[in-house]
Amino acid sequence: MTWETVIGLETHVQLSTKTKLFSRASTKFGNSPNTNVNLIDCGLPGVLPSVNKEAFYKAIRFGMAVGAQINQTSIFDRKNYFYADLPKGYQITQMDLPIVLGGTIEIETDDGIKTVNITRAHLEEDAGKSIHDQFDGYSAIDLNRAGTPLLEIVSEPELSNAKEAVSYMKAMHQLVTYLDVSDGNMSQGSLRCDANVSIRKKGDPKLGTRTEIKNINSFKFIEKAINFEIKRQIKQLENGETVTQETRLYDSVKDETRPMRSKEFANDYRYFPEPDLLPVVISDKEMQAIKDNFPELAKEKEERYAKEFELSEYDAQILASSKSMADFFEKSSQETKNYSLLSNWMIGEISAFLNKDAIEINQSKLTPVNVAMLINRIDDQTISGKIGKSIFEEMYTSGASPDEIIESQGLKQISDDGAIEEIIDTVIKENPGQVEAYLGGKEKLFGFFVGQVMKLTEGKANPQSVNTILKKKLK
Amino acid sequence: MSIQFKSITELKEMLDNKSISSEELTKETFKLAEDLKELNCFVTMNQDAAIKKAQEIDQANDLSSALSGIPLAQKDLFCTEGLRTTCSSKILSNFVPPYTATAVEKLEHAGSITIGKTNMDEFAMGSSNETSYFGNVHNPWKRGYVPGGSSGGSAAAVAAGIVPAATGTDTGGSIRQPAAHCGITGIKPTYGRVSRWGMIAFASSLDQAGPLARSAEDCAILLNEMSGHDSKDTTSLDVETTDLLQSINQPIKGLKIGIVKEFNLSDLDSKVQNCFEDSKKLYEKLGAEFVEISLPNISASVPAYYSIAPAECSSNLSRFDGVRFGHRAENTGDLNDLYIKSRSEGFGDEVKRRILIGTYALSAGYYDAYYKKAQQVRRLIKNDFELAFESIDLLMTPTSPGTAFAFGSKGAQNPVELYLEDLFTISSNLAGLPAISIPHGQVNALPVGLQLIGNFLKEDQILNAAHIFQQNSEFHLDKPSMGDF
Repeated sequence: MTWETVIGLETHVQLSTKTKLFSRASTKFGNSPNTNVNLIDCGLPGVLPSVNKEAFYKAIRFGMAVGAQINQTSIFDRKNYFYADLPKGYQITQMDLPIVLGGTIEIETDDGIKTVNITRAHLEEDAGKSIHDQFDGYSAIDLNRAGTPLLEIVSEPELSNAKEAVSYMKAMHQLVTYLDVSDGNMSQGSLRCDANVSIRKKGDPKLGTRTEIKNINSFKFIEKAINFEIKRQIKQLENGETVTQETRLYDSVKDETRPMRSKEFANDYRYFPEPDLLPVVISDKEMQAIKDNFPELAKEKEERYAKEFELSEYDAQILASSKSMADFFEKSSQETKNYSLLSNWMIGEISAFLNKDAIEINQSKLTPVNVAMLINRIDDQTISGKIGKSIFEEMYTSGASPDEIIESQGLKQISDDGAIEEIIDTVIKENPGQVEAYLGGKEKLFGFFVGQVMKLTEGKANPQSVNTILKKKLK
Repeated sequence: MSIQFKSITELKEMLDNKSISSEELTKETFKLAEDLKELNCFVTMNQDAAIKKAQEIDQANDLSSALSGIPLAQKDLFCTEGLRTTCSSKILSNFVPPYTATAVEKLEHAGSITIGKTNMDEFAMGSSNETSYFGNVHNPWKRGYVPGGSSGGSAAAVAAGIVPAATGTDTGGSIRQPAAHCGITGIKPTYGRVSRWGMIAFASSLDQAGPLARSAEDCAILLNEMSGHDSKDTTSLDVETTDLLQSINQPIKGLKIGIVKEFNLSDLDSKVQNCFEDSKKLYEKLGAEFVEISLPNISASVPAYYSIAPAECSSNLSRFDGVRFGHRAENTGDLNDLYIKSRSEGFGDEVKRRILIGTYALSAGYYDAYYKKAQQVRRLIKNDFELAFESIDLLMTPTSPGTAFAFGSKGAQNPVELYLEDLFTISSNLAGLPAISIPHGQVNALPVGLQLIGNFLKEDQILNAAHIFQQNSEFHLDKPSMGDF
C-alpha cells in the first residue's frame, strides 16, 4: 500500500509591537513574572480593551507581502473558555472576518519551488503562562505574555511531508523577520505552529482523519514530530485500526507525540462578537502609508548585494536568506571595504559557529564593528587568515574586539623581513638533511620549511614574506 | 438646619451662602444615613475619605466647581480606588479596586463627595433589588416593599433624602424603574454618552451609566459632568457635549410626542392609566402634540433582551473565577474544582440562572436560533425607532407596568413575571436611545413613573420636556413620610 501525507499548518506569529494588543503594557520578553501587566491584562472587573493599531499595521504588512485580500474593517470575537492563565475567561480573536484573507507563500522543496496557499490570517491576543513546577502543591500564573498580539496564519492542507513543513516554516520565518512583523525567535515562542497531519491512500480524493500536533517551536521538532506522527498513523491504518481525531503534544525528549485531549470532549468556545470593541477601521491613507514604507524583502536584497557589493549570486543569496545575517552584513560593510572577504567569513566560519550553537547572529556576542575590524586586520596584513580564525574563536566566546585580542596575546603578524630572515636562517641551519634533499629535487619539502618558520613564530609570520625569502635562501 | 430631601441646587446655595460648611454637610449626610440604616441603601460607607475631602474643600474655600461639596452615592458596580466594590455579590465581597471608574472620577473631579456605595441587585441582574447578597432594600415610601432594581440602593438613598443624587446603571431599565418606584427622576443616556471604564459589566452592549436625582434639573447637572468621550472605552462616543442646563427651560410648544400603538395600556391598573392620561393632558396644555406611532417589532424586545443580555453576561462574568481576585472557595482540588466551588458559592441564584441561559444561547447549535436571531430582532427594533423619530421628537410610555411591590411577591415562582417589569424600558437599551423616568402621580400611596424616550443623543430634548413638566407640576416634590423608619 502506498500512503500519502497531507499537512496543514497553523502558525502563531508573535507580533513585535512594543505594547500589547489591547493594553499599553510592555511586551518585552524575560521580565520578572507579572511585571508587564496592567489592569486590562489581569482582567480586573470593569476594564475595557483599547486598540494598538501597530499590531494591525504589522498584520496588514504580512497580508500585502503574501498578496492577500486585506479586510480594512476588523471585527473581533470572544472565544470563551476557562483556564487559569486566561484572565478574562475568554480570548479576543477574529472568527468570521480575519484581517488577512488568502495569499500565497513560496517554499523550496526537493522538486523545486512550490506555492502554498494561505487560507487566512487573523489577529488575536495570547494567554498568560501557567507554571506547575516551581511551587510545591500550587500552580503559579505569569501574565506577562497575556494580551501579546499574535497573528495566526492558517495554511491550506497542501504540504506533503515533514520536510516541506519545515521549508514552509523557514519561509515564514524569513518573511516575518524581513517584514519586521516579528522577531521570529522560536525558542522564546515568537514563532510556533500547530501541525494538522493526516494520511490517505495515494490517489484517494478524500482526506483522512487528522490529528493536530500543538505548539511546536523549532524546525527540528517540526520535522521529527510530523515524521513520528506519519509513521504512527500509517501503522494504525495498516493494522486495520482507525485514526482518532485528537490534539497531540510532541515530547522532544522521548521523540513521540501523545494525545492531549480528545476533540470529542473539546470545549464549545461559544464565539460571539466582542461587544467591548467597535469595529477597527484602517483608512486608505493608513494603507498607503504601509505600502510606502514597505521593507526590502530577501529577493530584492539578494539582487542589490550582487550589484552593490559585487558578490556572486550564490553568496548574495546566502547572506540575504536570513534577516539577521543580512542586517549584520550591511552594518559590517559600512566599516570595511573588503566585501568579498567579509562575505566569505560570514558564509564560512561565522555561519559554522552559529549553526553549531543553533543560534541567530543577533543572539551571539559578535558585533558588526568587531567583525569588520577582524576583516580589516586580515586585509591590512596585521594578522594572517589563520591567526584570524583563532582570534575569531576568542571573539565569539568572549565578545572581545579583535584589536584587544591581538594586543593582549601579541598576535600581530611579523612582516619585518629582517626578522623573518633571521628565523629562516635558523631553520635552515637546524635542518641540514632536509635542505639537502630539497636542493636535490624534493620540492615538496618547501612546505616543511614554511611550517617550521610558522612554528617558531607561533603563526605570526607574514606567509607571503616567508615564501619569498625562503625561495631566495634555498636556491 | 436639616439637609434631608434637599436638591443639589438647594445644597449648593447653602454651601455658597455659608449656612453650612462642606464638612458639616458631609457629617450630616452620614448621620442621616446612619439614622436610616434600616433602609439598607448602602453596602459600604466612605466616611473617612469623604470627611477628609470635605475639610479640604472648606480649607481651600473654593466652591467654583459644578458639584463642590455635594454629597453623592455611587452604585456599587463602579470601581472606586481603595473603596470596596462588591456588585452586591458574595464573589466580590472582598474586592477593593486599584482604580476608579471614569464616571465617578469625573463627578469627584467636579468637587462631589462620595458618601458610599449603594446596594443593588447582584451584578445588576434584577428589577427589585432582591438578588443582593447584602439583603433587600426597603422602598422609602413603604417598608417591606421593593425600591425596584437594579439601582435600588441609589434610588432609595435619593428618595429618602439622604443624598441629593446618586449614580446608577441601566441595562434594561435599572435606573428608570427604581426611579419610578421611588418617586424620583432618573435618566439613562444614549449608549456611549458615559464611559463604561470601571463600570463592572453586566451586558456590555446595553449597559449605560446615568444619574438618579430629585429633579430633571439635578439629573442634567450630574450628566453634564459624567458625559464625554473616554479613550479607555472604544464604545464611548466621540461627540461634542453640550451644556444640558442651557436648553432645559425652553418652551415645548409644538413638541411632537409619540404614543406607541403596540403598548396596550388598557391592560394596566386603571389608576396607572389615569396618571398617564393626566400627564398627556398636562403636556397638551403646555403645547405638545400627541401622535400615535407604530413600533411593529416592539413585542419582541423582552425575548430579544433576555437572549442578548444573558449571553453577554455569561462571558463577562467568566473572569470571576477565584484565581486573581474575589471569593475563592477553600479546600479545593484541581483547577476545575476551584472554579466550580468558588463560582457556586460566590454567585446567587439569579446570576447563575442568567449565566446558564446565556451559555445556552451561545452554544454551538443554538447560537443562530437565539443569540444571532435576537441581534437581528434588535436591529429591526432599532429601525422601528429610527423610522418613528422621523415624525416625532420623543416617545412617552409608562416607566413600569405597576408600582413597587412587596418583598417576595413577584418572580419567586416564575422569574419571567419579574422580567416583564422591564417591558417599557428594555427597548431603549436595545436601540441605544436616551430615556428618562419622572414621577407623575401615586397609586395607593406609591409613586408611578412616566418615561420619555428621546432620539439618539437627544438627552437635551427629554431633559427639557421633563423639566417643563416638573415646572408645571409638583409630583417630583412629593416626599415619603418615612414614618416606618
